[in-house]
Amino acid sequence: MKKELINEMNLRIPALSVNEGYARYAVSSFVAQLDPTLEEIADIRTVVSEAVTNSIIHGYRDKKGEVLISVKYYNDRTVKITVRDRGCGIADIEKAMQPFYTGDPAGERGGMGFTIMSSFTDKMKIRSILNKGTTVTLEKTLHKSIVRG
Amino acid sequence: MQGAKCKIEYDEGILIINISGDIDHHSAGSLREEIDTDLYLYRAKTVIMDLGGVDFMDSSGLGLILGRYTKINDLGGRLIIANPDDSVSKILALAGTDKLITIKKSEGANI
Repeated sequence: MKKELINEMNLRIPALSVNEGYARYAVSSFVAQLDPTLEEIADIRTVVSEAVTNSIIHGYRDKKGEVLISVKYYNDRTVKITVRDRGCGIADIEKAMQPFYTGDPAGERGGMGFTIMSSFTDKMKIRSILNKGTTVTLEKTLHKSIVRG
Repeated sequence: MQGAKCKIEYDEGILIINISGDIDHHSAGSLREEIDTDLYLYRAKTVIMDLGGVDFMDSSGLGLILGRYTKINDLGGRLIIANPDDSVSKILALAGTDKLITIKKSEGANI
């Protein structure tokens, strides 16, 4: 079966912590069109929250900026979520991905963001350029069901 | 669906912290301040953090729990997590928190 894009949405939000909840519920509402299981929808909410929070805290370091979120789903029930910022970038991606590593120890966030993102999805890709920004791409294939066009 | 609330009760050496709503980076800061005030005020031997009303939690919530666990230990008490739902339990397990802290999933969490 040739992989075809069925639907997509784009969201551009200011990097404000109050928008973390809005972003995860907006994305999960969109993905709800695929009739995901409760666990799948919870996983999607969590990974979006992690990625958006990373952009706000680490990318922009609580300064002004924008977070761009793109969500696409395909006929094979793969959901592709891209969260992009134009913040400071990540100097050492491997280090940032280590469980319990945090670039913000005072923030008490646990350092589990990337571990959760990779565990709750099937594929995670991080592209980052210092002082240019970071793009996190997450892919998750939902349980099999009929895709409504 | 967004924001978190915290209700704290102290009774005969047990501090019960009922959290409801969404625990994320946005809400964790105020929850932390509210909880820490009562941790230092009561210095309870047993602290029960009841997550039965939590609709959502990400790694900021995990950080909140682990931070309180350390503080409670330093104060000579013990932390018990009560009533996490499946998605909260999944995050606790991923971080190995379930091996560090007693987790009671039964309703009422009788200690």
